[in-house]
Amino acid sequence: MLTKRIIPCLDIKNGRTVKGVNFLALRDAGDPVELAQKYAETGADELVFLDISATEERRRTLVDLVRNVAKTVNIPFTVGGGIASVADVSVLLQNGADKISINSAAVKNPKLVEELAKEFGSQCVVVAIDAKQIENQWIVHLVGGKQATTIDLFDWAKTVENLGAGEILFTSMDHDGTKNGFANEALAQLSSWVNIPIIASGGAGAKEHFADAFIQGKADAALAASVFHFNEIPIPELKQYLADQNIVIRKV
Amino acid sequence: MNTTQKIALIDYGAGNVQSVLFALERLGFQGIVTNDVTIIQQADKVIFPGVGEASSAMQKLKSTGLDQVIPLLKQPVLGICLGMQLLCRYSEEGNTNALGIFDLDVKKFSNSVKVPQMGWNTIANLKSDLFQNISENEYMYLVHSYYVPENPFSIAQTNYGIDYASAIQKDNFYGVQFHPEKSGTAGEQILKNFLDS
Repeated sequence: MLTKRIIPCLDIKNGRTVKGVNFLALRDAGDPVELAQKYAETGADELVFLDISATEERRRTLVDLVRNVAKTVNIPFTVGGGIASVADVSVLLQNGADKISINSAAVKNPKLVEELAKEFGSQCVVVAIDAKQIENQWIVHLVGGKQATTIDLFDWAKTVENLGAGEILFTSMDHDGTKNGFANEALAQLSSWVNIPIIASGGAGAKEHFADAFIQGKADAALAASVFHFNEIPIPELKQYLADQNIVIRKV
Repeated sequence: MNTTQKIALIDYGAGNVQSVLFALERLGFQGIVTNDVTIIQQADKVIFPGVGEASSAMQKLKSTGLDQVIPLLKQPVLGICLGMQLLCRYSEEGNTNALGIFDLDVKKFSNSVKVPQMGWNTIANLKSDLFQNISENEYMYLVHSYYVPENPFSIAQTNYGIDYASAIQKDNFYGVQFHPEKSGTAGEQILKNFLDS
């Protein structure tokens, strides 16, 4: 059976991991390649690199990073952050990224999703959606959640599925950073609303939250950052726990 | 193991060539990414990778004449993902006539499952030297919307809504639906087995 996936997310600025990472006896805590390799060895199913740097040098540094990760790491990885064109995607895939994720650029130019799916195949097009509940409606937000739109989460998810997105990375801004669990109700609705895989993001604080996201939230994968980076939840322990709950998981 | 053997990776504009090349390098092998017919014919091993869409991939193979070259290769050939599907006779994707090395038709997953299948799934009923030192029900990474149904050439089976062939073999031609280059150390072992064949 297809397993549920556990995905650590690494925030990258100018080629370095942003948040302090203080475990796994890394030689260089800011080196994303070394961290990625450790995650691969301890059983992560995939990795997401989110580039949050904004300098001119940004793209070159990111491409170098992608290349180094692809050389070193033997599991799939997705790259996101500031991707806005077919050319941006082409260079990242050519250098070894398996998937790319687009967010604000897709909302501003939905045709981009279609162009990317046509050019590179749906399997490498992840659409990231940040949403927040406003008066009982899930509203899509842009620019890292700073800017509200009038777009409904479910309408947008259906639209990007029809345009050829291969996967949706849904972050609940109401849950992100709370460590109180994922947005399971919205996740479950989303999962039955579209027929492409859903990655749950925002709210992981305990092992139980992952089980809830998979069982109640029907998510196909769950993404988290700090609980992994600070070793609050070691991945082997998490996977053992999930297996004990009869959730289909890959153990390494 | 002969790490100086010539390994050709067929270049036809498909994705994941770089990832396969990097995986070979991790194993201590050098590959050459090429669409040069002579280099491909003279290689010790040929890897036919592929991520993308079947009909446009076949167009690209035809434009370089590789569609005529690949079926006649005598050395071990490994098709990966779309590469495996193109070794078959026909694909529902883009209504495509493919290379026809395997007399098999590639079908689309039904909507009773999420499409694409994306992630780690098990391979079972392993029946080839390609899987030496690989356990039954080992996990492999797969990303695909189309599949090869069960058939007499099947050397591995996976279940996603239905049981299907996740690897096939006929003479010197091997096809794997999963991505050995992205399937951790078990995937690397399969690549190594192929290079040892």
